[in-house]
Amino acid sequence: MNMRQALGTVCQCAKLARKINCQRLEGERFYGHSASRVLNSLRQMGFFESMISRGTYHQNIRHNSYTTMEEMTPEEKACKFQRPIAQTTIDEEEVSKFSALSALWWDEGGEFEALHSLNELRVPLIRDALVSKKTLEEYNIARPLDGFWILDIGSGGGILSEPLSRLGASVIGVDASEENIKIAQAHLIHDHAIRERVKYVNTTVEEIAKTQAGKFDAVVASEVLEHVADANMLVSSACQLVKPGGSVFFTTINKTRIAYVAGVLLAENVLRLLAPGTHDWEKFVAPKDLSYMLDKNQCVTRLLHGMFYNPLTKRWSWTKDTSINYAIHAIKAESSDQQNVWTTTAEQRKQESKD
Amino acid sequence: MALRWSAVVARRKSLIKPVHKQFFGTSRPVKNGEFADIVISGGGMVGAAMACALANNALLRDKRIVLLEAGKDTGEFVVPDQFSNRTCALNPATVRLLSSFGSWQEIEGMRCFSALRMQVWESCADAMITFNNSDMSEPLAYIVENDVILAAIMQALKSKKDRVEIRYDTKATAFDLPGSGDSEEAKMPYVKLTLNDRSVLKTKLLIGADGTNSDVRKASGFHTINKDYDQSGVVATLMLGEGVSNTTAWQRFLPTGPIALLPISDTMSSLVWSTTKEQAKNLQALSAESFVDAVNDALWHDREKNAIAGRLLDGFKNVLNSVLPADGEGVRQLPPTVIDVVQNSRASFPLGLTHSSQYVRPRIALIGDAAHRIHPLAGQGVNLGFSDVACLNDMLTKAVSCGADPGALTHLLQYETERQRHNVPVMLTIDSLQRLYSTELTPVVIARSLGLHAVHSLPFLKKFIMERASV
Repeated sequence: MNMRQALGTVCQCAKLARKINCQRLEGERFYGHSASRVLNSLRQMGFFESMISRGTYHQNIRHNSYTTMEEMTPEEKACKFQRPIAQTTIDEEEVSKFSALSALWWDEGGEFEALHSLNELRVPLIRDALVSKKTLEEYNIARPLDGFWILDIGSGGGILSEPLSRLGASVIGVDASEENIKIAQAHLIHDHAIRERVKYVNTTVEEIAKTQAGKFDAVVASEVLEHVADANMLVSSACQLVKPGGSVFFTTINKTRIAYVAGVLLAENVLRLLAPGTHDWEKFVAPKDLSYMLDKNQCVTRLLHGMFYNPLTKRWSWTKDTSINYAIHAIKAESSDQQNVWTTTAEQRKQESKD
Repeated sequence: MALRWSAVVARRKSLIKPVHKQFFGTSRPVKNGEFADIVISGGGMVGAAMACALANNALLRDKRIVLLEAGKDTGEFVVPDQFSNRTCALNPATVRLLSSFGSWQEIEGMRCFSALRMQVWESCADAMITFNNSDMSEPLAYIVENDVILAAIMQALKSKKDRVEIRYDTKATAFDLPGSGDSEEAKMPYVKLTLNDRSVLKTKLLIGADGTNSDVRKASGFHTINKDYDQSGVVATLMLGEGVSNTTAWQRFLPTGPIALLPISDTMSSLVWSTTKEQAKNLQALSAESFVDAVNDALWHDREKNAIAGRLLDGFKNVLNSVLPADGEGVRQLPPTVIDVVQNSRASFPLGLTHSSQYVRPRIALIGDAAHRIHPLAGQGVNLGFSDVACLNDMLTKAVSCGADPGALTHLLQYETERQRHNVPVMLTIDSLQRLYSTELTPVVIARSLGLHAVHSLPFLKKFIMERASV
């Protein structure tokens, strides 16, 4: 947690205290709400993760191991920090602890309302793109995605993973936050119909790309790209993970002035759709940049659509205008030797300059 | 979604296969009770139609659907010779819904009668209005006995036995809703029903089709508007005298309430007479001959005529006639003469208005009378219920095709919005009609008779009303 974020927490707490004193709003509702706010903003900052990593650090000391995570070689890390892959046998205590948090993620009128309603656009987008690869005999109307393996990058509470698995797909959700993984599992465990088709894994895309390259029919990174430090890395990992001929989906925010006004100022500070500090304009990616990155990784953009969120009806709709939110669907080239013009020329140039 | 790409956890071996093994190893049997995806509480006309619509929805074929019915299985339905006294006027939208799962074909095979024309008039003035489709080709509504409708739906449902489980003699006695209270069950994200045999049933979506005194509505704690009209509806099956053809539905507004005759065969009509509670009691106690006299009197008598309103209306008619020449359609017909009442067909029931301010909450949806009950004067009650069924089925189709949980609030709210946008105006219209015609006050009589005649003379207004009543 850096200084700015810590300062932000303090400010928020002070603000809340002031609110409570001045307005004297009655009822648990308000307190519950403010508590959830604080909890959520802490989570947004990775407070819980830092607690978790501190926990593991202490464990290491207890085990007389003094190497910190940064000093370890990848092999050592793999040995020390190998976690059980999917914690299916969560103990009851864990479930009750995380079910409160999972209620937060899964409250359709709450903090993540916009993500829930985004399913109305993104699930059909993924479904229709994948279904078109099936023959009529293979098509099962109740489970159209039967037989497909989908990787959900940044699965969070599982808001997208669960619907995809309900359509028949086998879904691996990866999230770098262990807490999110547990939240998602605490929610999934109740749904007998799908809990055997979804696995949540606490890892990063880079790591999973090392072992599972070319295994997935589709890789989805929805509302993730605008949060990562290295967009290039995420895109190239995603493209590695998908099968030749498979699909890569991204939904994210454009890097335009209006996106800053709508996605940061309005959404976070005025309408309070998101917790302040959720988005950083610097990290936003323009569609043509994303398309270029995909191109470099042998993925051809098939479709680019704008998405518009109406805060009054609280529903999303497709639009031609990609200046705020957009979705992109790219297809990986069937064989890897079909090198793209861009990359070849770039590499040639590099070689020439070396020579 | 807060993502921290710095927290690195490595993993060397194949991810997918061990995961699979682990999952299969832990899939344990369901603890405390059974699980169903969708439970419908109440197997009346609307509840059974809901079950039937869901059973025929291909998108839901993986889902387990249970219908709970408090009554017994009546077995094979044989159409009785005698007409039942409870009938409904089904509008074209309802017929479309019933046809979609084959029940309408069953009804046509059993017994139904079409009303081609409708005439509405009143006792205080000469104003009247008639409705009919052009050339009397298409029926305005089909008059069907409730028993026949229910039997036809149940028949269609029984042919889908593998898709819907019907449990007779079963009723939920306790409801545990998600997010209410601190009990261990409240943390469960599903609805838990305790049934009368003490078994437990958990579900993702509970559809309340359990009528006006809905237990589901009470358990959900929805705010409900209740209004007692202080009226009773008297029903009976009437034998009519010699007439041309019995294809008209008649309704006459009396200050005590409307009296309606719905054709159910060439010589018989079904009576729905809304009146004060005392008069309803008297009507039931009367001998058959006196009852027939009372009905004929209610249809024919002139003693409540308002002279001033009559004169004004005549003047108004003349003015309108000079502007809009009458087209010959919509001529006043004389109501039939009742000659007898079928033995033991008289019954009465109290009338009221009920409306639940909300139809849905997470994992709960109300349909039919559980959500809204209206005055029978326009014969819209059950049609609104069937429209709820069609709408909820559409919304669930949409939800499931997006992979959403069937009990997810996002889609249920869309159902609520769409239905309330239709139901509330209908309820208000019918309630205000009921008020408008329950008085003998001269200015009101004048206003309503001029208004009614104006509507009668303006074809586009009439068409609009008919379209509203048929969807």
